[in-house]
Order: sequence, then C-alpha cells, then structure tokens
Amino acid sequence: MSGLSATRCGLPKESVAENGAPPRGKVLTIDTMNPTVKMVEYAVRGPIVQRAVELEKELSEGRKKPFQEVIKANIGDAHAMGQQPITFFRQVLALCSYPELLNDSTFPEDAKSRARRILQSCGGNSMGSYSASQGIDSVRQDVARYVQQRDGGVYCDPDNIYLTTGASDGIVTMLKLLVCGEGASRTGVMISIPQYPLYSAALAELGAVQINYYLNEEACWSMDIGELQRALDEARGHCNPRALCIINPGNPTGQVQNRKCIEDVIRFAAKERLFLMADEVYQDNVYADGCEFHSFKKVLFEMGPEYSNTVELASFHSTSKCYMGECGFRGGYMEIINMDDEVKAQLTKLVSVRLCPPVPGQALMGLVVNPPQPGEPSHENFMKERTATLSALADKARLTEEVLNTVPGISCNPVQGAMYSFPRISIPEKAVKEAAGQGQQPDMFYCMRLLEETGICLVPGSGFGQKDGTYHFRMTILPPADKLKILLSKVKEFHQRFTKQYS
Amino acid sequence: MSQTDVTGAPRRGKVLTLDTMNPNIKQVEYAVRGAIVQRAVKIEKELREGAKKPFTEVIKANIGDAHAMGQKPITFLRQVLAMCAYPELLKDDAFPKDAKQRAQRILEACGGHSIGAYSASQGIECIRQDVSRFIEKRDGGIPSNPDNIFLSTGASDAIVTLLKLMVSGEGRTRTGVMISIPQYPLYSAAIADLGAVQVSYYLDEDKCWSLDVAELRRALRAAREHCHPRVLCIINPGNPTGQVQSRQCIEDVIRFAKEEGLFLMADEVYQDNVYAEGCKFHSFKKVLFEMGPEYSSTVELASFHSTSKCYMGECGFRGGYMEIVNMDPAVKAQLVKLVSVRLCPPVPGQALLDLVVNPPQPDEPSYSSFMKERTAVLDALAKKARMTEQIFNKVPGITCNPVQGAMYTFPRITLPPKAIDKAKEEGQVPDMFYCMRLLEEEGICLVPGSGFGQREGTFHFRMTILPPAEKLEIVLHKISAFHQRFTKEFS
Repeated sequence: MSGLSATRCGLPKESVAENGAPPRGKVLTIDTMNPTVKMVEYAVRGPIVQRAVELEKELSEGRKKPFQEVIKANIGDAHAMGQQPITFFRQVLALCSYPELLNDSTFPEDAKSRARRILQSCGGNSMGSYSASQGIDSVRQDVARYVQQRDGGVYCDPDNIYLTTGASDGIVTMLKLLVCGEGASRTGVMISIPQYPLYSAALAELGAVQINYYLNEEACWSMDIGELQRALDEARGHCNPRALCIINPGNPTGQVQNRKCIEDVIRFAAKERLFLMADEVYQDNVYADGCEFHSFKKVLFEMGPEYSNTVELASFHSTSKCYMGECGFRGGYMEIINMDDEVKAQLTKLVSVRLCPPVPGQALMGLVVNPPQPGEPSHENFMKERTATLSALADKARLTEEVLNTVPGISCNPVQGAMYSFPRISIPEKAVKEAAGQGQQPDMFYCMRLLEETGICLVPGSGFGQKDGTYHFRMTILPPADKLKILLSKVKEFHQRFTKQYS
Repeated sequence: MSQTDVTGAPRRGKVLTLDTMNPNIKQVEYAVRGAIVQRAVKIEKELREGAKKPFTEVIKANIGDAHAMGQKPITFLRQVLAMCAYPELLKDDAFPKDAKQRAQRILEACGGHSIGAYSASQGIECIRQDVSRFIEKRDGGIPSNPDNIFLSTGASDAIVTLLKLMVSGEGRTRTGVMISIPQYPLYSAAIADLGAVQVSYYLDEDKCWSLDVAELRRALRAAREHCHPRVLCIINPGNPTGQVQSRQCIEDVIRFAKEEGLFLMADEVYQDNVYAEGCKFHSFKKVLFEMGPEYSSTVELASFHSTSKCYMGECGFRGGYMEIVNMDPAVKAQLVKLVSVRLCPPVPGQALLDLVVNPPQPDEPSYSSFMKERTAVLDALAKKARMTEQIFNKVPGITCNPVQGAMYTFPRITLPPKAIDKAKEEGQVPDMFYCMRLLEEEGICLVPGSGFGQREGTFHFRMTILPPAEKLEIVLHKISAFHQRFTKEFS
C-alpha cells in the first residue's frame, strides 16, 4: 500500500495519511464498521428503556421523582414482574447442577428420575459438557413426543428438531440460511406490521428485504390473504420473496389465528412458493373464549399430502413464555418440515460452529415437554402452579382490555393471547407537532412523557410498526394484578392529562 | 434453473435449495465437529447396536470438552448454581456459607430474584463489576471499567459479534482479518459466514509455534493488495498449538498493531492452562498498559475469556465475556444496540462466570476444598501435556512440540507418498485419510490438521490431552502403534 495514493487503493480519502501510514484515528469507527449493523433497531430494549434504566439509577441515588419505582412493562419478562418459577422445573435443574442432591430425600422421585435421565444423556454425566450441536438426543426425542401429542398424533421426527439458544437463535439462523441474491433478486421476507422487532433487526443485519403485510386492526389484528397478496405482488418488483413469517399467538398484538386463517396462509405459501416460519412461542398463552392454538404443523398435515409433503415450514418454540417464563435460561427449539436434505446438512454444519445451545436451557426444554404426568408425585402441585399462572394472565388480559377501553382516545383490541396489549392511542395534533419539533416519533414522545411522569416504561408502537398516521404502545400484562390495576389507572390518568395539555 | 415448467406452471422444486440458500454458509467449515466426528458418532451407534469392532468404545479426543472426558466439576461452583436454580436450598445446612452468600448476591441482582429473568443485555451489572475486579487483580492493578465488559454466550459469541462489527467494504476494501495458521476454526468459519477476507499468518513450527512479527508483516503486505486488513486475532495460549506467547512477543504484536492500524482481538480462554517451565500467561491488556499511554490510550483491543476451559471445563453453560479497550464510543453504542437484539446471554452461564472471577478466598470455608480441586485439575493437565509430548516424540514420523498450554497437542506426522496418493484417489485430504483410518481401526477420534490450517505439504492432527491419565496413555500408545503400522502399510 505504501506509495499508492488513497484513491488508487479504493479507500476513502480520509482513512489513509498522505505517506501511506495508517490514520491517527481509530481503526473501528462509525464509517468503517459494518453498515448493516447501523440499520439495526430493537425497540424493546431501545432508547426508552435506556432512559428507564437511568431513572432507576437516579431513584436509587435518592433523587426525588413523581414516582417511587420504575415499572418495566416494556419486555415480556414474567419473573422480573414477580411471576414464580415452576417448582418442579427448578428442582430438576438443581439436581442436574449438583447431583449430590440426588441423595437428598426432600426431592420427589419424579424430579430425580428426570434429572438422572438428563445427566445420563450428558457427556461425563455432567451439564458442563458440550452437547451434540443439534441438542441432547433424549431431549430432542422428548420434544418430538410432545409435538406429536400436541398435534393429535401427527408424526414428529426427532431428527427434524434443533434445540436453540432461545427461539431468537433459531429464527435468526433460519433467516440467515434463506438470504441470497443481490438487488432485485435479493431475498425478501414477509413479516407482519406490527411485528416483534427481532425480525426487522435480523433482516436489517442480514441485508435482506423486509416485506410488510398489515394486520387488520379493525378485525382484531387478523391476517388477510388479500393483504398478503398485495404485499407480495408489490415486493416482487424489487426483491425475491422467499419466506413468510407468522407470529401466532401474535406479538405485539396478541391475536390468535383461527384455523381457517392458518389453512389459508399455508395455501398461500404453497401457491406462492414461500418458506413458512411459524413463531409459536406463546402457544400456551391463549385466553379469549373461542380462541384456540392450532400449530402450523398440525394444520399443514391435516390438509393432506399435497401440502404436507411439499410446504417448507420451520416452527419455533421457547422456554421464555407460556407458563414457564424462564427467559434467562435461553431455551428453545425449532422443528423443520420438508427441508431439502442438502440444505439441512448445511444447517447442521452451521449450528456446529457455535458448538451447542446452553445445556441448562436444553434440560429445561426437556422438562417443559415432559412435565409431571397424572400419577406422578409432582403432578398435582405442577398443575396447580401452571393453572394459577395461566389463569392470572387471562384475568390480566381481560382487565387490561377493559380498563384501557374506558379511556377516551385509547382503543384496545381484546388481548386474545400472548403477553401484551397494543392499544391504539389518539395523539393530539399539537403533540404530534411538538414531537416532530423534537425529532421524535409522536408515540415515542408520548411514551417518554409517560415514563418521566409516572415511571412506567412502555414501548412506542413505532418500534413494532403500524399504519401511517396511527399510534400505539405495547404494554405487557405481566405485573401482578394489583400492581397492574394501578399501572392501568396511571396510564389512563396520564392519557387524559396529556390529551388535555395538547388540546 | 427456470422457475416454471413446460406448461408455465411454477416448478415443484423446493424454495430453499443449495442454489437459493446463503452462499456464504456453503463456504463455512468447522472441522472440530465435521466429517470425522459424524463418522465417530455413527460408529458409536453401531457399537451400541452390538456391531463388532476392533475396539469397545470411541474415544472423542477431537473436542476440548473436559467433563465429557471425565473431569469433575468444581464442587463450589455447582453448589452455588444449584442454589440459584432452586433458592429453597438456601435453607439447607449442607451448603457452606460462602456458597450461600454468593447465590444470594447473584439472585438479588436478578429481576424478581430469579435466574429465569432476562438480564441486562450487556450482562448482570454486579457480575460485570466482579469481572472487572478479577481483571484488575490479575493484571497487577491496571483499572478495568465494568462498562467495558460484555458478558457473552461463551467466548465464541463475543468473537463472532466483534468480527461482525468489523466487516465492511467491498472487493478491495473488504475487511481483512488476520488469524494464525494453524487456528481454531471458529475464526475461519466466522470469516466465511461474514464474507470477510481471511489473512493467514504462519506460526513457526520449528520454534515451538511462536509468532514472528516479520511473518505478520509479510502476510499484511500481501493482503493489502486485495483487501483492507482491519483486525489481528491472536489466540494465547494457542489453539491448536498450545504455545504460550512470551511477553516480548506480545509487546511486539501490540507495537505492530499500532503501527499498522489494526484492531487487536486476544482470545485468552486458556489463560489458566499454562504448564511448561518458563512459560507464563501475560494478558494483552496488561502488557498494553505497561507499554505506557502512547499505546494504552490508542490501541483498540478486545480480550475474550470463557467458562469452558481452564480448570472449570464448564462448556455446556456457555459462559464468557469480552473486555473492550479504547473502542470508539459511537461504535460501542452500536455494539450495545446489537447485543440487545438477542436479549441476554444465558443467566446460569453468567452466574457461573461470576463464581469463576470471584472464587472462595483464603478466609472462606470452601477455600481449601476449592483450591484442592482446582490444583488437581491443573496438575493433571500439566502431567498429561508432558506425557503426550514424551510418548509422541518416541515415534519415528511423529514430531510433537512441547504442549506449553491449552488442552491440545498438534503433532506433525510424516505420511508416506503412497498414503498421500491413496488419499487423493479416495478424494480425501491426506491427514483426513490418516485420521479416518485411525478412527476405524482404533476408535480414536482426532481432528486432521487440515481442519486448522498448516503449511502446504505438512500434515498434523489435533488431539486433546483431556482423557484421564491412564486412558490417555493407552490412547497415545495406540496412536503410536497405528502410526507405525500405517507407515509400514504404505511404504
């Protein structure tokens, strides 16, 4: 490089000094870093949360605020909001961590037998060993049995199960696999608006093309094939659509797709040759009467071999949601259907580079899919805890919808499932203008004010996507019921205050 | 391939095929879990199903997994983890006070006092503080800022994240990443996945795999013709080679990185695994700061550590961290944003890391037991390192450099020309051919040197020194016997 001028090297002029020596500035700067990473946003832990953390710090340093605590209703973290872990799971995990405890008579036999089974599947009978990269064999078998039972006997091959570091890991890995082409042939991926921003973040990072299809707010956030078609047809002009992502039950919207809708989506994917990605991490979180979780896999197979032999599908599940709420363990799996054998070999190779998903998370997933059965000592207590958690969530879902709908200017669809409400909020013109003046999205402006005035941290709808000119926020339904009531009434008061201030 | 068939209807073929998948992924290879391991797993299955083989078990000496090879976890660490998993155990008298105190501290730092809560994306704050304290103590008092610590899902996660951050440009301006030959193939895999340019620098086998700055310079100059080298990766202690870099060498590398405008990545996951007389681990951070502000306030450095190696061997927990030094604040903000998308590293792994950097102290109840276990593991490894070198060096055609550190031996093997020809006939790289034969004949699974990189025309294998000493001795003798047999067969 010495002797050549910067432009002849093809380098930006300012990055090389005249004599060819490296620049005085840093090697890694905003200009020299990965450009796609700069495009990544993840609102669930974005600026509003950073501000919330700052406020928490100020509070802990004794600063006076209009509130005594910051309530982080921004993230689907049940334990952080006081939900208790399932006793049985933690007993088994303790036994796996410190097998000396297998001699301890206070642990029930069913917990011990599962711990032994897990440990026997681990190298050196220790959770500290790497597992096979696709995940511990016996856990994958248990997952397959669970899937089969859940889906009314539709066969599940353990070899199609990949354990993952949370569902996020499996989703990103699949998206990575799908990305190819350049310019007009670049992979396009269909995702809902609103969506869980892992998808938009992953697509930005991978340099894939995001294809938005709008959920219908007026029809309880349902999916509409006409809208899928519109989005797809438009996208074909500038990219190569290859995948269709569905989140069911939905995040942030909570809608639970009906069976017919799922069939229509599968038919659409088959006709338009799209790889289906079904994010089903909230599959146990279904509250509304008349709503039921139907797995894409089950519906696919019930549509007969014309579909079940051809449609390529990946389904995702996790230990972070449902009744377990074990986010910190980063447990998850994906099931792959009809994947090309050679691509599957590439997938297996790809996951091997990261060695294996965390073994405690794998063990936990093994318990989630193989919980205490009737007749086992821990069954009764397990069912009691599970039911209590899910009923509490159902109550809080209803409470949230009710209270928010009493507020003029807030309109909340029923929270059919998942863990969030995504109400629409009217923001007065004056507030919209002031937000613009501060260079903020109107709903971010709103949420920031809410945070500063009440200590409640929500995520603005702009972080998830919404129809132009509409505003929303996403709030979890996770705080304990009494706290949630207070939260909801504070949000109500704030909204009325805010609306008045800017009228 | 046309998208429509003769009638104009869309093709029945799959959406996702080798032709339509991510092309970079096809370039990715990871030998440590590659073809030979897949064959080993098949053979294990056959054995279980009662097939008759010349051996009764497959010995997986391909991967640095200590527990799988019988190494025991450290009692204290597991006691704390059990209590974190099931806090009811905090009431149990069988657990020592110091273990309880640490469990309590960790739980108090978790949302809802549960390890099931997501942590901050950068990692639990008090753990990052403990990591900083550990680093300061290790490095003779040089300050470490907890804000520069990022906990990660094993060291691999942080290494890949940082490489991802560095990749930019196209064609001749595409980021080049300098990495040793031989190297741990996470690096080559990540570079391929990211579409970056691998810039190989050769370690000197004749000088115990040492690093030579002249060679770095040669590699860099050549690379500048076709890419934009931005980062220099060092693994110290080395993998697969086990060499422990001298302090002088580390200074030279730092000087080189500064002169040439390179971001330094120091993979130090084997920092406790140092065996050879006269060898000592010097962290890049410490040496950097001891070189004075001209270097310590300018050279950009990321150092990596893990719970998978050293004396803990807790691979399955996926615990790790990186320390960032002199990173541009705007880039750091991007890094913080990037790690937030994956929410957080596994909390059990974070808890484990906390114990690793904050182990029992001399005045605590678990101290003597902890030290006993730790010392036993490290002594055993040191003995096995020496034994391995001795036994291999007795074999004509095997030359083994001293295993100064880490967990592997990477001996050079001489392959007869007829064997090389046979390998070519079978479409295999010669050292893969050799290792496959060893696997089929003795049930011993090693990784061919071609999986790590080596000078053209040389052949090696990587074997772990992890099996228990008596078993390792048997393995070493079997390999020695195999080598002589193989050499004879193809002479």
